[in-house]
Amino acid sequence: MSASNFEALSVESATVVNQPSAWMRVRSNTSVRIGAFFLGLLVIIALLAPWLGTVDPSLFDPASRDLLPGKAGEITTLEGEQLRHTFLMGSDSFGRDIYSRVIYGTQVSLIVGLFTALVAMAFGILLGLCAGFLRWLDGPLMRVMDGVMAIPAILIAIALVAMWRGSLATVVVAIAIPEIPRVTRLVRSLVLTIREEPYVEAAISLGTPTWKIMLRHILPNCVAPLVVQGTFICASGILVEAILSFLGVGLPPDIPTWGNVMAEGRAQFNEYPHNIFFPGIFLAVTVLAVNILGDGLRDTLDPKMAKRL
Amino acid sequence: MSNVAATADTPILEVRGLTIALPPDGDRNTAVKSVSFTVGRGEILCLVGESGSGKSVIAQSVMGLLPKTLPVTAGQILLQGEDITHAPLARLRELRATRMSMIFQEPMTALNPVMTCGDQIDEELRQHTGLSLAERRAKVLSIVGEVLLPEPERMVASYPHQLSGGQRQRIMIAMALVLDPVLLIADEPTTALDVTTQAQILKLVLDLQKRHGAGVLFITHDFGVVAEVAHRVAVLRLGDLVEVGSKHAVLQRPQHAYTRMLIAAVPTLHLKQRPLDAAAPLVLQVRGLEKTYLDKRWFGPHRSVHAAQDINLEIRRGQTLGIVGESGSGKSTVARCIVRLIDPSGGLVLLGGAGAGDGGAAAQDIAMMPAAQLRPLRKRVQIVFQDPYRSLNPRRTVAEALIEGPVNYGLSRAAALQRALGLLDLVRMDASAMERYPHQFSGGQRQRICIARALMMEPELLVADEAVSALDVSVQAQVLELFEEIRSRLNLAMLFITHDLRVASQVCDQLAVMSQGKVVEYGPAHQVFGAPQHAYTQALFAAAPGRDFAFARV
Repeated sequence: MSASNFEALSVESATVVNQPSAWMRVRSNTSVRIGAFFLGLLVIIALLAPWLGTVDPSLFDPASRDLLPGKAGEITTLEGEQLRHTFLMGSDSFGRDIYSRVIYGTQVSLIVGLFTALVAMAFGILLGLCAGFLRWLDGPLMRVMDGVMAIPAILIAIALVAMWRGSLATVVVAIAIPEIPRVTRLVRSLVLTIREEPYVEAAISLGTPTWKIMLRHILPNCVAPLVVQGTFICASGILVEAILSFLGVGLPPDIPTWGNVMAEGRAQFNEYPHNIFFPGIFLAVTVLAVNILGDGLRDTLDPKMAKRL
Repeated sequence: MSNVAATADTPILEVRGLTIALPPDGDRNTAVKSVSFTVGRGEILCLVGESGSGKSVIAQSVMGLLPKTLPVTAGQILLQGEDITHAPLARLRELRATRMSMIFQEPMTALNPVMTCGDQIDEELRQHTGLSLAERRAKVLSIVGEVLLPEPERMVASYPHQLSGGQRQRIMIAMALVLDPVLLIADEPTTALDVTTQAQILKLVLDLQKRHGAGVLFITHDFGVVAEVAHRVAVLRLGDLVEVGSKHAVLQRPQHAYTRMLIAAVPTLHLKQRPLDAAAPLVLQVRGLEKTYLDKRWFGPHRSVHAAQDINLEIRRGQTLGIVGESGSGKSTVARCIVRLIDPSGGLVLLGGAGAGDGGAAAQDIAMMPAAQLRPLRKRVQIVFQDPYRSLNPRRTVAEALIEGPVNYGLSRAAALQRALGLLDLVRMDASAMERYPHQFSGGQRQRICIARALMMEPELLVADEAVSALDVSVQAQVLELFEEIRSRLNLAMLFITHDLRVASQVCDQLAVMSQGKVVEYGPAHQVFGAPQHAYTQALFAAAPGRDFAFARV
């Protein structure tokens, strides 16, 4: 029987399923859409903060203290000018506009979330690749990581911010450091699995240098689970930043963050619950949006992991 | 027995016009379409087909195990005259194990790892019978004895991981038969087993089937197995039943073109003999190769496993050496030592021809060579792996995969792409494949790409490590043909690792038989096939399923 006959009758070509690309699957996932919608909305709010009827969030006026939401009052600019302003979310005990502070706080939270994830991933990927590829380094490095993981994240962050000084960069680094071991472990386990794949062995026999194997063959195949992990770090970073600010060990109180607004409102919670309510809502929605997005990404990009959980 | 009157001539299983839908995003609308067949009392019906033909779906539909995404849209399934197509779960539960039962392909995953084998058999008895503890225990021991497991007491108390693959499959069979069902469904029950174990399991299934008089629906892709066990054969192609008939009718006088093609694709055990040039230059000599795995422990003695011991092999240009052996025989270890994916523990791996009188460069030993020195020599030996789905990086295009090697050794991208186009043509792939990703290709096409990738390096020796084992039989035939063509056109030396004697007989000039890390027999293929000397080789050959059966030759 001739070769052409084989090919005509073989069922082989019929078994190739035209799968939708990963991007198509991600786009059509409901969780991804919901998460991305709310996150997109928050990003727009953060970017357009100056034009959303806000005033400088550090402005205060003793005459407008403890106003209820929707009340109008006076506010003094830095030049000493008196402005009529409607306090949409009320004002705090210094007479600052909570609405302005919450809207500007969105900027801080999103930046902290994004950069925490980026910093934790950058170091985690580097350390994970080393641990997965350099076998002699694996033991010592992972024991150090275990040590870091044994200390509660929030304690490390508090200690680090206390050692340095409360600025955006130090807060980001302090929140990122406890996350690094988690990323390292994930990357290491991925490297250990992928380096046994025949396509990596094929690359070895094709004479591809080790660093190129890492960059070309191993790292690109880690991307999907890393993106998923990144969103969860982002969500936890936003939350931890708010906790640090609330405890008074994060960014200085004059910087508008949701945690700072809530910390300021804590003493008067019984009389003026809106001081905590509004930033709390923003915080909850943001963290929820990022987590829903992460869940959706996990379901579409990393079906094996989704089944495990 | 049941509320439906089942007369003696009612078939055990009757499937009428069975149609099962696939989810809308599938590659076709139906998993199986209008399939009808019967299994009579004491009859073995073999359901044969390539992957994706729908044979496992049929088995699942009979057992009521179909996922919700695959609904039965038409047709009937009658078990001894009772329609069970849409039977409620409670009824199915009564029927399973008592009247129909199933053996799966992979006994390790089909058995519960945290229950002893005895408890798993006992579980069925507890569910379906009112026997006392002592009676159940006696019954478990008797069925375990019946499937010819040694020391039933110990087997019953063992967990699945403590048993070998063949023993686990025997436990599965014991579970399936303990309640004397009238229908036994065996879904590729020997595919995951070694050939000698397979022969034993097939014999066991045949014996027990005769003794219990059950009807058997036996699903397989292997025509050797069909020839061994079937009374009647049904051939499936992409969900269509293309041919049903007695074993002799289908295998020796196939009517449908697809059946004829499948049977023609089954490699024969008859050697294709070629004249060998004994003076051809040596490409590879392996001398006393050893690989020992050490299990280092902090406390207690180190354990060592000899994966390969004292291996001596030679391959000359233009010739193919086959290494055959069962799993764990060390054949892949040898291949990986030769490609230096793992470091040998001892011995020599000599590349190039010394002493062949060809005036070539002196042979170089790469067995212990440090990485930097080895690098320029790597391209002379290339490897093709078993699993075509994992051999290509899913995130790189075919073009990127093909040019990676030559570009590593300094060839320009343009020249490498040019060479890639030529090789794609050689492996009969379209040039449009270059910009596509691996998931857009079938297994056989991917394997062609892997072969092209290896050839891009212009190697002297091509190692094929079970390179056709994961492919369907018709695709396997095409890829084997391709290997032959490449070997003769490029005058390559080939090392062909396989567990399948039929495949080995098609391509090998020399044959080495490995068992437990040692080469037990080594010589020209016609000698080894014609008059096997070693007891293990003889056992291996005797176990090849369907070896005495005369298939139709087209």
